[in-house]
Order: sequence, then structure tokens, then C-alpha cells
Amino acid sequence: MFKRKYWLVLALLFVMFIISACSEEGTETNTENEGEKETATATPAGPQEIRVRVNDDPDFLDPHRATASLSFQQILNMFEGLFLPQPDGSLTEGLAESYEVSEDGLTYTFKIRQGVKFHNGDPLTTDDVVYTFERLMGLNSGEKLSKNFDNVASIDAPDDTTFVMTLKEPNSNFLYSLTALQSAILPKSNDGKHNENPIGTGPFAFAKYSPGTNLELKKNEEYWQEGLPYLDKVTFVYQSDDQAAVMNLLAGEVDLTGVPGHRVAEVEGSFNISHQNNNSSLIITFNEEKEPFNNLKVRQAINMAISKQDIIDSIFSGYATPQGSNMSPAMGDYYLDGLQDVYSFDVEKAKKLLAEAGYPDGFKTKITVSSHNDMYPNIAQIAVENLKQIGIDVEIETVEWGIWLERVYFGRDYEMTTIDLTGRPSAYEILNDYISTNDNENFFRFKNDEYDQVMADVLKETDREKQIEYYQRAQEILTEQATAVYIADYEILWGSKKNITGLKSYPFWFHDMKEVKFN
Amino acid sequence: MLYIFRRLVLFIVTVALVSIITFGVFQILPGDPVKTMLGTEADEVQIESLRKELGLDRPLHEQYMEWVQGLFTGDLGNSIRFSMPVSDLLMDRLPVTLSVASLALVIVLFVALPLGIFVAKRQNKLSDVLLSSATQLGMAIPSFWLGMILIIYIGMNFDFFKINGYVPWSESIAGALSTLVLPALTIAIPQIAVKFRYVRTSILEQMQLDYVRTIRSKGLPEKIVMYKHILKNSMIPILTIFGLITAEVVAGTIIVEQVFALPGVGQLLITSISYRDFPLVQGIVMYITVTVVFINFVVDILYSVIDPRIRLR
Repeated sequence: MFKRKYWLVLALLFVMFIISACSEEGTETNTENEGEKETATATPAGPQEIRVRVNDDPDFLDPHRATASLSFQQILNMFEGLFLPQPDGSLTEGLAESYEVSEDGLTYTFKIRQGVKFHNGDPLTTDDVVYTFERLMGLNSGEKLSKNFDNVASIDAPDDTTFVMTLKEPNSNFLYSLTALQSAILPKSNDGKHNENPIGTGPFAFAKYSPGTNLELKKNEEYWQEGLPYLDKVTFVYQSDDQAAVMNLLAGEVDLTGVPGHRVAEVEGSFNISHQNNNSSLIITFNEEKEPFNNLKVRQAINMAISKQDIIDSIFSGYATPQGSNMSPAMGDYYLDGLQDVYSFDVEKAKKLLAEAGYPDGFKTKITVSSHNDMYPNIAQIAVENLKQIGIDVEIETVEWGIWLERVYFGRDYEMTTIDLTGRPSAYEILNDYISTNDNENFFRFKNDEYDQVMADVLKETDREKQIEYYQRAQEILTEQATAVYIADYEILWGSKKNITGLKSYPFWFHDMKEVKFN
Repeated sequence: MLYIFRRLVLFIVTVALVSIITFGVFQILPGDPVKTMLGTEADEVQIESLRKELGLDRPLHEQYMEWVQGLFTGDLGNSIRFSMPVSDLLMDRLPVTLSVASLALVIVLFVALPLGIFVAKRQNKLSDVLLSSATQLGMAIPSFWLGMILIIYIGMNFDFFKINGYVPWSESIAGALSTLVLPALTIAIPQIAVKFRYVRTSILEQMQLDYVRTIRSKGLPEKIVMYKHILKNSMIPILTIFGLITAEVVAGTIIVEQVFALPGVGQLLITSISYRDFPLVQGIVMYITVTVVFINFVVDILYSVIDPRIRLR
């Protein structure tokens, strides 16, 4: 009698474990067993497979829908536009072999490069180029995916190798809308599947995406730039914690990762450290429609009261370049030097300005920061300590990233905040956040007639020297108006194994694996 | 049979209530999933396009009813964050979580049970005092700290153990074990501490009862007294705590997965919450709920097998 019940108990326990096991087995049968194919080609010694640590998943694999910098950091290896951005921020011909602009600046004629193939083997044709822009502009059944082409009056492909775009108004910045960041050329035959099975013309093809885990890319054997790429496989591994990522590097589980400044010392003996200007602008900014931030003297006082060097030394261990306006030295000629010293740290002068503004005893306010990166709460703490010295009592409110976006960035319901504005290859796109009519991005509520005029005029100007003058004047205006506290462009420090070469630094987030190899 | 039926009804009611509560809570939470996903670089065209595609522009009751309908066909909807079916994401993650859970449970079972029995037989002796103190420590250690200690002292010093990531079983059994042993230990050690104490206490309680004195006076061997009588009668509370541990572990060990960067269900839950990815949150919560309630259901059935008197209630 007892024995029968014992067996029943055992049977039930066994069933419980079987249920667990069944889930595993079910999944295992779906796993692809990709055998390692041995290539007989003469490749450099060592494995040609790299594991790159990235903070998070892309938002989309479809380049027309992706918006996060972090997405392009990875997927730009798969896609190309008519033009290719370069590390110095300039553009070179990509899928457009050459181009001409009409006298009136309205008509752009591109010669499409021949012999290029998509990852699925299809040749690149003008049909694909037309399809790409129709998709972005929402010209067929779909939704409009981008407003970058609102100024395009028409597109046309008069013959097999020619693509023509006609603008409504001249725009000297237009070519910057034609890189893979804005208009990656996609194959028409892949319509409807661009996110689940992305196909492009880039040096690497999509292999597999494991959400939350990694993105695997494989070599494009038929890449149009002969001999490239060197790597057979690229894996972007997701790890949101910087400390854990450094441990992964030390343990040999990733080959390339960002390294926080304070851990450079323990990494640099065994690994290469390369420095990249982020080309971002780290700012502490204000809602300029709210009192007292609508007062220029108050903003100037805050600029002088906050020590950029304290922030640079404490948070970035010195690895940052101070700024005085919304432009990084990474932008080369467009950058106007000297603005970083206009509001030197000076507590006494700051107090005086505050008194002149009508706040001799200071005031009380709040800074709202996102918790998704330790950097922001840390910066807020230093700023708060600095501002105490001139009588400004600031409460720190730390919120989740999603709430920061909803309330601060889109909702404009804030007094002070801190964020870094993403780097872009185009000087115009870096500075256009502050145009008063750019409601989408002008979360500072900055309004300045001269600024708006300068930014409008620069689009009509085709001479580069004059363009540079306009962009530099725009930077000056932002400094004169103390629009924000422009702290720095902090460096991204990349730790990589010593036998890796070919890494490039772009003025925006892009892990270009095209020329990377192990020696 | 009535007992089983009553438990089944409770099962269904619990699952239904949890789904309604989760849906309701999610509507109250601030934070827009579309804006969170697209970030500062998005413009209104992209925001509206994505919102429409995800069906977030439709009335709440419509969204909920559609989800419930999908549930009955195994369709949990699409993840906002990952643009993939929720069921696919869960199926990718379950092997990881269940592997860690199973390994941890095996460790707990084979350590806590024998240890509890061993110590109960030696009440107030030195080994009892030492082990009870050690388990006190085991209960007090937070799992994230324990995880880090294991990474630093074992993971970094023995090449066998991987400190991050996951290797599928289909790829390499040794590889899978190398990524799972440390996380499983991190889960198991505190649970051993809890389980051990329950086993010890439960057996000690039984030892105080009259029937034990009676069967000893009949001259039965100590082994039979311990394993055939005392242990059997101790099973109700032991089974209770074992069931709780199983439910807790199988439902996803969020902290441990985070520390070891294991791509399991728990880690997925954190990601989905921070992105306000409602379909994914609801899918995971549903999985956890069904799992926990099912395990409790099984435990209840086992109760009636072990102790027939319960069947009569």
C-alpha cells in the first residue's frame, strides 16, 4: 500500500521535471547548427571574428525606422547610402559614383554605381534607389518615414544608371541627408521584411539577431570595395553595465568595448586604448521660458558658477574637451575655438550677475535627470554643489529614461536638466536644434531672431568658407545668450585587444568594421 | 476529485485576475513606450507611424480583448522593443532560465535535504550549531553580492567558468555548464540555507511526537524510524517550502540573471518594463503567473497523495 503511493509521488515529480525539459528540447531542435566553414583563402593569422560590446539592442534593424545612435553604431555595417561619411565628417561618393548640381541648386543628378550587389545577390539598380526614397517619403501606400525629404519636389530615374532629385528650395546641406544614417539604399525585392531580415549593400550581411543578447553579422563576400572586409564575422554583444564590460574584456570574452576613464589604468597595459571625440555636446540646460531662466544674466551667472573642470576631472577622469558652445572640436573647421573660455569659472562674478538680475539671495529650483546613465546624476551632483556657492538651491530629481523623455524632452515640463546631444556628421544638424521653429528638438525653448536668420541663410550658401562663417556665428550667438552650460565633448575610450587594427573614429556613433582585422 | 476541481477553478481565477491587474497597472505607469524606444532623435512623423503600427492608438478595452483572444491561440502579440513575437522571445529565453532553475533545484535538493536530516539527528551537538550558524549567514547574503564574489574568486581564476553570457546546450554541454554553474550556485546557496532549516525543524517536530517513542519502543531499527516514519510525516511542510522555492526560481531570477548577464526571462522582464513594452511585460507576467499557480496546484495534489486526510476537505 505504501509502496504504491511512493511511486505515485515519484511519477508526479518526474512529470514536473519533464515539463521543464520539454521546453528546452523543443527549442533545441529549432537552433541552427551552423558549422564553421573553413576558408582556404590566405588570411592573416588568428581568428577573423570580432566580438564588440555595445550597451543595448538597436531599436530597429530597418535603417529607415531606426533613430537611436546606438542602432546606427551597429547596423551601418550592413547599409550604405548614395554617400559615405568619413571620419573627418566629410562625405565621399558611395552608391552614387558621381553627382552634379544644377545652377539654381535645385536639381541633383546622381550616377548610380554599377556592379554593386545586395546581400541577397540582387544587383543594385535605379529601381532600388527610387523605391528607397519613395518609401522614406511615403509616396506609395506606406506612411512617411522621414521628414528629411519634405523639401524634395520630385524623384526620377530617366535611365538605368541615372537618378535625379529635384528640390523645392536650395539646400546646401542636402547631401548630408543621403548617407545611410538617413537614406540607406534598400532592395525593392525585400519590401515588408526590412526589419526581420535586413538586406543592404554594406561590407557585412545580417546573420542572426538574438534580442537582448547579440547581433551577428557575416562577411559580404561580394562587397563592391574589392578585398574588403577582412573579418569573417562580427558579433555585437549587449551589456549595459560598463564595469561588467571591462571585466568581459579582461576575461577575453569581448574584443572591443568602451572603457570608463577611471579604469583606463588597469586596462591599458594589456590592451590598446584609442580615443574618440564623441562629437556630442554635454550640457546643463534650462527651460528658457521659465522664470528666472528667461533672464540672460541668470543664465550667465550659472555658466560662471559651474566648474567644467570639476566635472571633467571627476566624471571623465580628464578625458574630455571643454566646450563653450554647441560644437565639438571633432567637427574641425566648423568649430570656433575660444568660446570655451568666455564664461570661466568665477564665483564672485557670478554672484554679482545674479544680484544684477534681481536675485541677490539666489533662488530655489530643480534639475531633472535621467538615471539610465550614471553620468547624469553625477554631473547634477557637482553642479548642485557649485551652484550652492552663489545661493542657488537646486533639488535633484532622478527619473527613468522613458519619463525623462516624456516630461522633459517632449513635454518641456522642467526647469533644469542635463543631457549630451548626439553627434552628427553635419554641422547644420548639430546646430539646428536651437532654431525657434524646430519645435521637435528645441526643448530649451531658445528663441533668437539672428540665430534663425543665420541658420536659414547657411542653407542657401554654397561657398564652404562662407558656410563656415555662418556656423561659427551661430556658435557665438549660443555663447552670448548663455543658452546652456556647455560642459564638454567627453571622449569615448575604446579598449581593444592588441592584435586588432583598422579601427576608425567617426564624429558620430559608428563601429566601422570594414577595415578591421586581427594580425 | 472535487478537491482537484476546486484547485483548478482557483488556478483559472488567479490567472485571470493577474492579467487584468497587470493591464491596469501598466496604464497608470507614466512613460510612453514609443518615445522611450525612439529617444531624442525621433521626430513626430516617426512617433505617430510607430504608434499606429503598434495599435497603441486604439481604445484600451479593444487592446485588452485582442490580447486575451490571442492568448487562447498562443499568440501573445508583438514586442514593442524588439519588434518580434512575444512567444518567440519567451521561447528563446526559457531554456536559459529553466536550465539555471533546474540546476539550482538539483543542488538544493541534494544538499539541503541530507544536511537537514543529518543535523536533526544531532540536535545541539557541535555540527548542529556550526551548520545552523553557517546557514544563518547563507540567508543573510544578498544574491547580487554573492554573484559578484563568485565571479571574482571563482570565475576569474578558473578558465572553465564563464563570467558572462550564455552558451546553448545544443552548442556544447561543457560550455552550457560553464555558464550555468555559478549562477545556479548563487541561487542555490541562499535557498539551501532556507530549506535546510525547514527540513531540520520539521524533522525535530516529528521526533517529539508520541508515535516516534512508540515505534522506537517496539524495537524498530533507527533507519526505519527516520526514513519510513519521521521523514514521510515531515513531507507536508518540506513540500510546501520546496514548492515555494521552485516557483520562485522557475519564475525567473532577475537579480542573478542581471549580474551574470544571462539572457533569461528575468532579464527580459527588466528590459520590457523600462521600455514600457506592455505586450512583452504581460506575456512574461502571464508566464510567471501560470508557472507559479501551476506549481502550487501540483503541490496541492501532492499534499493529498502524501496525506490522504487532506483529500476529505
